[in-house]
Amino acid sequence: MWRATVRNLLAHKLRLALSGLAIVLGVAFVSGTMIFTDTLGRTFDDLFASTAADVNVEPAAAFDSGLAGTGEGVGTVSSVPATVVDTVRGVDGVASASGFVRTEGVYVLDGHGDVLDTGGAPGIGISWEPDPALSSSTLVDGRAPRGAAEVALDVDTVDKAGYALGDSVPVLTTGPRVEAELVGVFSFGDSGGSAGASLAAFETSTAQELFGTPGQFSGVGVSAADGVAQEALRDRVAAAIGDGFTVRTASEQAEALAGDFEEGLAFVETFLLAFAGIALFVGTFIILNTFSMLVAQRTRELALLRALGAGRAQVTRSVLAEALVLGVVGSTVGLAAGFGVATGLRSLFGRFGLTLDGGLVFATDTVLWSYAVGVLVTLVAAYLPARRAARTPPVAAMRDDHVAVERSLRRRTVLGGVLTAAGIAAMVSAFVVEDDGAAASLVGVGALALLLGTIALSPVIARPFLRGIGGVLPRLFGTPGRLARENAVRSPRRTAATASALMVGLALVSGFSIIGASTNASVDGALDQSLGADYVVSTAVAAPFSADIAEQIRRIDGVDSVTQQRLGQAQLAGVQTSVSAVDATTLDSALALDYLAGSTAGLRGNGLVVDEDTAAGRGWSVGDRVEALLANGQRVGLTVGGIYTTNATLGSAVISLDTFTAAGGEALDRFVYVDLAPDVDAAAVRSSLEATLEAYPVVTLKDQTQFADEQKGQVDQMLMIINALLGLSVIIAVLGIVNTLALSVIERTREIGLLRAIGMDRRQLRQMVRLESVAISVYGAVFGLLLGIVFGTGLVQALADQGITQQVIPAGRMVLFLAVGALIGVLAAVWPARRAAKLKVLDAIATA
Amino acid sequence: MTSVRDIPVPRVGVEAPAAARSAGLTKVYGEGDTRVVALDAVDVAFPRGVFTAIMGPSGSGKSTLMHCMAGLDAVTDGQAYIGDTELSSLNDRQLTVLRRDKIGFIFQAYNLLPTLTALENITLPMDIAGRRPDQEWLETVIDTVGLRQRLGHRPSELSGGQQQRVACARALANRPEIIFADEPTGNLDSRSGADVLSFLRSSVMEMGQTIVMVTHDPVAASYSDRVLFLADGRIVDSMISPTRERVLERMKAFDVQSEA
Repeated sequence: MWRATVRNLLAHKLRLALSGLAIVLGVAFVSGTMIFTDTLGRTFDDLFASTAADVNVEPAAAFDSGLAGTGEGVGTVSSVPATVVDTVRGVDGVASASGFVRTEGVYVLDGHGDVLDTGGAPGIGISWEPDPALSSSTLVDGRAPRGAAEVALDVDTVDKAGYALGDSVPVLTTGPRVEAELVGVFSFGDSGGSAGASLAAFETSTAQELFGTPGQFSGVGVSAADGVAQEALRDRVAAAIGDGFTVRTASEQAEALAGDFEEGLAFVETFLLAFAGIALFVGTFIILNTFSMLVAQRTRELALLRALGAGRAQVTRSVLAEALVLGVVGSTVGLAAGFGVATGLRSLFGRFGLTLDGGLVFATDTVLWSYAVGVLVTLVAAYLPARRAARTPPVAAMRDDHVAVERSLRRRTVLGGVLTAAGIAAMVSAFVVEDDGAAASLVGVGALALLLGTIALSPVIARPFLRGIGGVLPRLFGTPGRLARENAVRSPRRTAATASALMVGLALVSGFSIIGASTNASVDGALDQSLGADYVVSTAVAAPFSADIAEQIRRIDGVDSVTQQRLGQAQLAGVQTSVSAVDATTLDSALALDYLAGSTAGLRGNGLVVDEDTAAGRGWSVGDRVEALLANGQRVGLTVGGIYTTNATLGSAVISLDTFTAAGGEALDRFVYVDLAPDVDAAAVRSSLEATLEAYPVVTLKDQTQFADEQKGQVDQMLMIINALLGLSVIIAVLGIVNTLALSVIERTREIGLLRAIGMDRRQLRQMVRLESVAISVYGAVFGLLLGIVFGTGLVQALADQGITQQVIPAGRMVLFLAVGALIGVLAAVWPARRAAKLKVLDAIATA
Repeated sequence: MTSVRDIPVPRVGVEAPAAARSAGLTKVYGEGDTRVVALDAVDVAFPRGVFTAIMGPSGSGKSTLMHCMAGLDAVTDGQAYIGDTELSSLNDRQLTVLRRDKIGFIFQAYNLLPTLTALENITLPMDIAGRRPDQEWLETVIDTVGLRQRLGHRPSELSGGQQQRVACARALANRPEIIFADEPTGNLDSRSGADVLSFLRSSVMEMGQTIVMVTHDPVAASYSDRVLFLADGRIVDSMISPTRERVLERMKAFDVQSEA
């Protein structure tokens, strides 16, 4: 039997290649994702492992914000006074200790005065540490920066900007904008990579002036004297400086920092693996379909084996062995192709500024998972047809015209019906459920059930659908059209499985585009309603920037009010919450809040205004006292002064700028709203605003429309990434159609020969194959779109409270997707149609 | 050896134009050591309104002759004509049109498209051409094959004999110049085979159809007007008004020859 299996595999190289391709693609995406996330993880690990000091001292955070150092971290204050550094220095066993300054929001500009693209990675400003025992930076060129007019930059930044030693480099600090001479180039950490972030180092005193507070440090690096254990030193230092500080050993420090990132990384991995899962899910259909067809075509051969005395189990084993070989070969090739996928992902992420240095990481896990997934899926996909093949009665071998009887679809109908009903029920109940989270998961579960139900029902629907829609084919294309329709409905299971792959892909693509369009419409709506300011100044990704900018704008003639918005974390009555901090006196001119109770006046002093959901969720009403714990450990009693309807710009809770500043919140703005005085020349004011902001390319000036467009641009960009990733599953779906058609052509060789003999020309034959392909792909596309519309609208409904208030179905896109579906059919048919047309009439008729 | 042109044909004069003929028709497969001459300068004519059977041992070239005459296979040398049209001068498209309009085919098996009904199978060549069938003629053909009750059935719902009768009706419905039948009874039991053969016979008698049938079955051959015997790519004998016994006798001679 084993020999028969091997011979059989070799005898059908083409079929082998076709079915192998599906495995290769699925595995390639899984392994590519794993390789990429491992590489991503390695880069960040390197970044954090590069903490050189044996022991680190930092001001204790009142609670773990979970977001430290991600660019969202706010409220970290440089509050290690110089005296603490001296105290540490005096601790027994300390070889050296020095205070360092480190903050985000320090951007390096290139020669044109534009901000170097870090693609969302932070621009970091640090103080230069001359002691190599304490510094994770190593000079590779030039020397250390000295005084106010010198700076050192990391290698990547220098390369990107094309600077050379001696060049004058403009740097936007969290304080003023400065020009400094580039005197040194350093590499960071072990791999020299900074994951896209730019690093600008100044002498410590300069760093304190530019982006810190004189006499204050972000932390203290400590190196141990010979023979002193890090742990012992940690304890001694902690004892010496008392409460209010976090003291960690080098490895604890790396772990603490990396821990925060790993959460973010886990999200990226889950996100990518979800797409890998979709690709594999779609790939499974193709493998299943391919094996079903291969086995069906070999029914006679297998029946002959049975007639010659092979047992059922032997036949099953033979088919499974074939699948095993195919799975192993496919997984191996897929693993190799995974490198290509990882490289592609790396350059995709590189476009968004996340540059990963060093080679790709190839872990044992990747190999194990790739084989496990590839081989297992193939075996499962082959098992059903194998069992069916074993049941083929041996007499089939004697019969010339054994036609595989279409099995009953009753089980499918029942299963699919139940799943579909359950899915619909879950989605409908999502509309009723109050809780957002529960509603979203109900939609999720409902969508999955609906998807599986539709897939199960697909063969049942295929026949009436194709007969109906296919009715136009004979009218438009004559006999080739009629034959194409008949071929498409000939085996509903096959057609359905082929179309399902495309259906899944298009359901997701169209669902996401509905969410995207609805989000964009909601952004428009929300801003129309709430943005009262004439202009908004901000970065594209809500990154922090210097408060100097707001100060300068305030001085411009014609500007009536300037409102700064900062972001931070606070524990409100014990629950960690993101809070906005704004100036209570000008808020009303910047944003039109819709108050259900109280007003902006309630924000003054230690006031707190919250949105309706928060108020309802926490049971707060105007006048209530709320104990707040701010990031630096200060406790403040706040009074609820107002409750407003959901507002995407402010979020769920707002405190006053005064409270925020008093609690030591960083003086970095996220948004600055500018309102013009009445009766001024708006154009003139705008040009002076622009002139002022020219020195700060990190931020842009936007009027209301531009601000809305920028927000929508982010949604569109996210949608683009998702669609690019879903594109892979669509490619697999296309290959699935190619596969099915090619195998159908092989299966129908005699019919094709007959058609050619009695007078069908090649053009008509190609037309016939092409139309069948289009019928299948349009079937998949139509149901994909229907499902996508259900998913999209369901999720939008569920997310209504999250600010997605508008329900938009982009009709133009939907039509486009349908057209793409048809086009996919045409493309997929090119090769199988050509193959069919090339068949020699005589050979085709003579085929057994 | 008797020249094929001299063979008298029943009911039609010698001068009557042939529905198909060949001149020096040669077909060679392979090259060098594997070179096989399947047809060796065959001159043959198939007169109109005559039912010709081609017989011969395996490898004699009888199927190759049919394929070359029907434009299904390219010739190495010589000419094959359908009416006055010389086949080697035609490109693939012209050959396809010729097959569609001038030739009818009946194969041994897998003769029908499984997705189409009996009626749709019968009119398929005309549908492909985009022509409306001659309704009156179609009715005649359907009645002759006796399948009126089964026109809406798919091939899988018909017996082998019925399927083959549908194939015959398809070949006739288009009023071709000539019908080529390749072992049309090869897959049928004797009773169904007899039905099909009687039907072919009557289409020649009553409709004046021209039929060329390749067979190895002496019973099938006995339904024809004349039998041509092929051996080693040449026509070696012919027989007019054959009977089963005479054909069998003649075939035995081949066996003796090959044993000798």
